[in-house]
Amino acid sequence: MARSPKLAVWKFASCDGCQLSLLDCEDELLALAGRIEIAYFLEASRAVVKGPYDLSLVEGSISTPEDVDRIRRVRRVSKRLVTIGACATAGGIQALRNFQDNKEFLSIVYATPDTISALAASTPIAAHVKVDFELRGCPIDKRQLLEVITAFLYGRHPQTPAHSVCLECKRRGAVCVMVAKGTPCLGPVTHAGCGALCPAHDRGCYGCFGPMESPNTASLSGQWRKLGAGQDELVRVFRNFNAWADAFQAESRTQEARVKNPEPRE
Amino acid sequence: MADKTIKIDALARVEGEGALSITMKGDRVDQVRLRLYDPPRFFESILRGRHCFEAPDITARICGICPVAYQMSAVHAIERAFGVRVEGPLRDLRRLLYCGEWLESHALHVYLLHAPDFLGYESAIEMAREHRETVERGLQLKKAANDLITLLGGRAIHPINVRVGGFYRVPSRAELQPLAERLRWARDAALETVRWTAAFPFPDFEQDYEFVALRHPDEYPFNEGRVASSGGLNIDADDFEQTVIEEQVPYSNALHARLRDRAGSGAYFVGPMARYHLNGDRLSPLAREAARAAGLDASCRNPFKSIIVRSVEMVYACDEALRLIEDYEPPEAPALQIRPVAATGAACTEAPRGLLYHRYRVDGDGRITEANIVPPTSQNQMMIEEDLRRFVQQHLRLSKEALTRRCEQAIRNYDPCISCATHFLTLEIGSGGGTTTAKEGGCV
Repeated sequence: MARSPKLAVWKFASCDGCQLSLLDCEDELLALAGRIEIAYFLEASRAVVKGPYDLSLVEGSISTPEDVDRIRRVRRVSKRLVTIGACATAGGIQALRNFQDNKEFLSIVYATPDTISALAASTPIAAHVKVDFELRGCPIDKRQLLEVITAFLYGRHPQTPAHSVCLECKRRGAVCVMVAKGTPCLGPVTHAGCGALCPAHDRGCYGCFGPMESPNTASLSGQWRKLGAGQDELVRVFRNFNAWADAFQAESRTQEARVKNPEPRE
Repeated sequence: MADKTIKIDALARVEGEGALSITMKGDRVDQVRLRLYDPPRFFESILRGRHCFEAPDITARICGICPVAYQMSAVHAIERAFGVRVEGPLRDLRRLLYCGEWLESHALHVYLLHAPDFLGYESAIEMAREHRETVERGLQLKKAANDLITLLGGRAIHPINVRVGGFYRVPSRAELQPLAERLRWARDAALETVRWTAAFPFPDFEQDYEFVALRHPDEYPFNEGRVASSGGLNIDADDFEQTVIEEQVPYSNALHARLRDRAGSGAYFVGPMARYHLNGDRLSPLAREAARAAGLDASCRNPFKSIIVRSVEMVYACDEALRLIEDYEPPEAPALQIRPVAATGAACTEAPRGLLYHRYRVDGDGRITEANIVPPTSQNQMMIEEDLRRFVQQHLRLSKEALTRRCEQAIRNYDPCISCATHFLTLEIGSGGGTTTAKEGGCV
């Protein structure tokens, strides 16, 4: 009999929520454990099986000098490496510190000297090692996680749509909160995956899954302004759990420049 | 055994990353160090400059296991700042949401993290090979709880439906009804859990703790009450920072909290055993009866038995959720309209693993100018170390392997959440470019 594929789950700077999603697969967990060998998953087991691992799931961002080395070691022992969640994929909310002035990117900084070490920036895994697939979300969606694991088990590419939350709204029949109620919503520029949770709860999307593949953030910002959003509010809106993702980072910088240098309103 | 050292580089079956080292000198335990090394994420700095209405969404991200606790402490602290009280069905829905989180977190800890210690397995997955039905029961309990959180919060991890003043959308009576059936099953399963855990083998390890928890005039505490202790403490959340000192220790990324004005170290105990000690009389009759049948007295002082107390709280969470669903009438509006003013507010709520304190100072535009958060695990950290010191001293004759396992179990008694504990340092980047210092949060 062929040996079971070996799964490893690694944690960097994060809240634990994305790896908890695996334990939240209550109906599938034991069946999954029958198909794959859970070889390294400290949150679930003290048994550690040595690598190499067929699939590594990586949660969290790189934010300490030690972790820069550790992620390289993880890459070396992993055939396939998948990042799970906004921290691993975009640097997480802790990447807000990247926007502070007077820092040198990736310079090593010491907190109370000799006791706490932290890098000046929090960066995604892909800034350090090759990543085979990035699963979005803060937190990830557990159905998508199962899809990713299944896809890698069968050697195919995971099916996770790259379109915006808008399409998910249409699919579940949710009324557009922006059109019908004038509620500002990030749905048009946000990657699908949550199932349009916020609009279904009478609230605008706040961007947990980060930018979709071709976001028109400038147009959406204009629409938010028409609905009464302040310029400084727009900076905050794009500086959230996916603040360091390219499209959101660029838009927040554009909006920040306008806060400092206001344009007359049309 | 002379010069024995216990060293665990990466603790398993806890939330987050921790290490333990215990060194002996001859027959004496010399040094006990629980090192919580999750990378700090500097939330108190992140919150500065954000609008206070963002606090429940941002602070949820501190912990994927207990996001509701963060959301609840945040909304209460901010509402207290503005002198707003959320009452009636909105208050009840918050309580119902908290029932879901306690049940989920406790089921996770009891079945997947702690029980394998008592039965001699490396994980619940390994345990399932011989105890399939039991592990399935735990998973289904967890699932019922997650379904409750999802219905009220939109999703189980980082719910999207909580806001200052209430919710974005509230459920109808009809939407809640199917949950009642699941929760009646869950209540029976929780009772079964109490019987199951009560039969575990426990080391003899009664300790004299100062228990700290909320105490409410007529409820087992979730969201409200005064901060009380078995040592006579009885304060409002506003006085928390005058009562508790937070200190940085060189070997851990989490601050140590201790009580001021205590003769000893000031270490104290938060979590299910503290709540049970201070509020046992507020449990539902069924939960009280389950505790009594499990052999618990009015107070439980053996931390290894915390797994029974946690199970009793699962019975209570189901009972209370069923009562709230039965009595529920939808509110007129999903949230109170709140206009921010310059103010400061503090609140404590009971996270699954214990007291969670938040304080916010807000300017006239509603922007947070200062935030301070004290999570349960930083409060328990000294107590865990004191337990380990006493336990190891009493069990020096055990083999190193057996003692190491017992130490891990003793740490898990507290259900530590290290991701929570390490996120409250202040990050300051100096103007020189590249020099950064972190110091204690606003708490002095």
